[in-house]
Amino acid sequence: MSQRQVLQVFEQYQKARTQFVQTVAELSSRPQNIETLQNAGVMSLLRPLLLDIVPTIQQTAALALGRLANYNDDLAEAVVKGDILPQLVYSLAEQNRFYKKAAAFVLRAVAKHSPQLAQSVVDCGALDALVICLEEFDPGVKEAAAWALGYIARHNAELAQAVVDAGAVPLLVLCIQEPELSLKRIAASALSDICKHSPELAQTVVDAGAIAHLAQMILNPDAKLKRQVFSALSQISKHSVDLAEMVVEAEIFPAVLTCLKDFDEYVKKNVATLIREIAKHTPELSQLIVNAGGVAAVIDYIGESKGNVRLPGIMMLGYVAAHSENLAMAVIVSKGVVQLAIALSEEPEDHIQAAAAWALGQIGRHTPEHAKAVAVANVLPKLLQCYLRADASEDLQTKSKKALKNILQKCVHLPALEPLLHDAPPNVLKHVVGQFSKVLPHDSKARRVFVTSGGLKKIQEIKAEPGSALAEYINTINNCYPEEIVKYYSPGYSDALLERVDQYLPKA
Amino acid sequence: MATMVRLLQQTDKAIETVYNRKNDAEIERLQEYQAAVKIQSWFRGTRTRAYLRHLNNCATEVQRKWRGFLGRKFYRIFVKNQTLVMKLNHYNAMATKIQKTWRGYYVRKYVYNYYSRKRYLEALQIKNEIIRSELEEYAEQQEQRRRRQQMMEEKKKQEYEARKNHYLISTHVIPGIFSSPFQPYPSEYEYILRSVKPLQHKKKNMNGNRYDPAWQSYESPRPRQLPPLPQKPQGPFRDPEEVQKQRYKPFQPTLRVATSINALDEARQKMKDEEWVTRLNDNIFEPFTKKYYPYEPLLHATSKFGHLPYGTKYYREESIDKHVTHKPFRTLVPPIPIFDKLNDTYSQGQV
Repeated sequence: MSQRQVLQVFEQYQKARTQFVQTVAELSSRPQNIETLQNAGVMSLLRPLLLDIVPTIQQTAALALGRLANYNDDLAEAVVKGDILPQLVYSLAEQNRFYKKAAAFVLRAVAKHSPQLAQSVVDCGALDALVICLEEFDPGVKEAAAWALGYIARHNAELAQAVVDAGAVPLLVLCIQEPELSLKRIAASALSDICKHSPELAQTVVDAGAIAHLAQMILNPDAKLKRQVFSALSQISKHSVDLAEMVVEAEIFPAVLTCLKDFDEYVKKNVATLIREIAKHTPELSQLIVNAGGVAAVIDYIGESKGNVRLPGIMMLGYVAAHSENLAMAVIVSKGVVQLAIALSEEPEDHIQAAAAWALGQIGRHTPEHAKAVAVANVLPKLLQCYLRADASEDLQTKSKKALKNILQKCVHLPALEPLLHDAPPNVLKHVVGQFSKVLPHDSKARRVFVTSGGLKKIQEIKAEPGSALAEYINTINNCYPEEIVKYYSPGYSDALLERVDQYLPKA
Repeated sequence: MATMVRLLQQTDKAIETVYNRKNDAEIERLQEYQAAVKIQSWFRGTRTRAYLRHLNNCATEVQRKWRGFLGRKFYRIFVKNQTLVMKLNHYNAMATKIQKTWRGYYVRKYVYNYYSRKRYLEALQIKNEIIRSELEEYAEQQEQRRRRQQMMEEKKKQEYEARKNHYLISTHVIPGIFSSPFQPYPSEYEYILRSVKPLQHKKKNMNGNRYDPAWQSYESPRPRQLPPLPQKPQGPFRDPEEVQKQRYKPFQPTLRVATSINALDEARQKMKDEEWVTRLNDNIFEPFTKKYYPYEPLLHATSKFGHLPYGTKYYREESIDKHVTHKPFRTLVPPIPIFDKLNDTYSQGQV
């Protein structure tokens, strides 16, 4: 036996291993094969190959494992139970960049399924190794590591805190500054996942100087990057006034409004979410947005988009209007009520209707002028319809009722209230009649119109329990008119007249 | 005597008269007595009543005076209080009026100024219009850019198709399918075909079974042979790890080297700078009456002890016993660091 022949045996073995691993990796990329692979015991076969002496085989084995774990949480759990993670973590620090990438892929695939799996990834010390990978020169490795960290952090606050404690945040912030788009995207997404849980985590991210770099990327032409950037900024600013102010101080303001015209739906949605998260904190921040023309832009955006995309915009209008009557007036003069009314009537989904109803209620609750602006947009019947619809969700019902009540209590624009007299249920009717009883004693023209339009007749037909607020209101209204008129319009008056005719004896 | 007799004769008559009188008196007596009692009682009663009335009148008088006094006293207090309350109410009303006026003015002027609010809302509308038009413009631009990109892509695709189908081009002799001889002009596609070059054949990958399941960006380094086993170099060498450790041992400077050569000066300068910062005025304050300053001769020149002969006459300290301490003073400039090591018996392995 020559040396060559001896070596040939090894070479054959190596080739066979390579081929096996490659085939498995290829097979595992198709979902229909996975069950068969699992039943054939692929896990236990791949595990020793992770420790193979040839780097290519290691990488491909890791890749196959990653694909399997990516498929469902059972397989991911099998990876955890097979004690594969410690090996991966160990080699994550040791091996070359291709292997690191594959190993980070496996970790990501395992961590993505559930908090428990992510916790098990953390428990085997993956965070430190992943953080070290973030310092790697190769952007692909950084990307894979950032991705895995993001998937770990997205589950809950403890996991995110663990990621932060591992020192990932400054490195992720560095990753944002890299030239590669995909790396930027994933780093921004990871930051967003970290800071969505609590103000402290968001503060950590802010302290690492993330806001300035995120704000720079607002005008980036890449839509997917913009999605992540806006998501991260909104997750930062949602927690507290201070954080929101810091985001605003990055001078994002006129620039983000252009992104409301983006082609990408998610960019639009995330921008609107960001504006909403900033506006909801204080009147000053809302005022700043209004002064920058943000309300007009958001209203245009509500008009242009459909469905769930317009939801954050609708809520943003509600938040702005809720702060003060001045801001509500700003929403009204920016023609926000019309768009909200359209959204209320167009949208088939209950939760969007509920948001629109809530926003309208916030706009109309300040002064009679506001209520009038809302009422003339013909919103009240729609709100009533939402409230009375049989298949409406409970949330929609309560929101539309609250909105109706808020608007009605301020509304003195009687023509808009008239239709409600005819088809409102008693608990809404109470407010409507109350408004009439407040206005009619002081306005003679309105009294006249009220009679001619049949309102008085309708009022007489209402059956109110004596002593209730409704009865009191009706009484107040009746006191504004001469007794004959009230009698004339009360039901049964003709019978009473006829009775009198019967009883009348002509004088001889 | 006659008189006597006459008198005696009349005795009976007189007795009878007396008797009658007595009887009469006896008969009237009770009545009179009672009358007298009545009169007396009336009189006494009247007198007592008069006295009592007098006493009552006196008491009333005293009470009247006293009550009048008290009443006037309390009345004064009451009036005083009442005035105070009246004044207080009046002042409060006035204060309310002032506050009302001021608050109304203030709120109308600064908080809910109708005109400024109107102006603000108008300005906001204008701003909104501007923003809307700007955004419109921006959207238009985006749209154009997208369309251009799409067109470019389409063109590229078309070109690629044309390159792929370049063999359908007509030759001098045989017209291709896109240039019918029955039509005056060849079709559009024919021109496109003419404008592009045919697609080159792809170069075959001569590498054999190069496999790249996911990472297309790299070619995996395939070892020709099995990788060599790691081994310790033979011979009387120290453990490579140890050597490595020694070689990359971090530099440990002495404290003297680590501190700056003029650290003392710097510290002094820093102190001076701080003093300068905290000083309010650089010029020494002199009263303005003092115009002339006496000439102050140099201390050195006027010393009654004369010059110090040190450096001219002698170079070593003569009177050692006058020294404060016998230790030499610390030198300002540290010596050359290599001299520090002169007394060390071994090198510390520092580079």
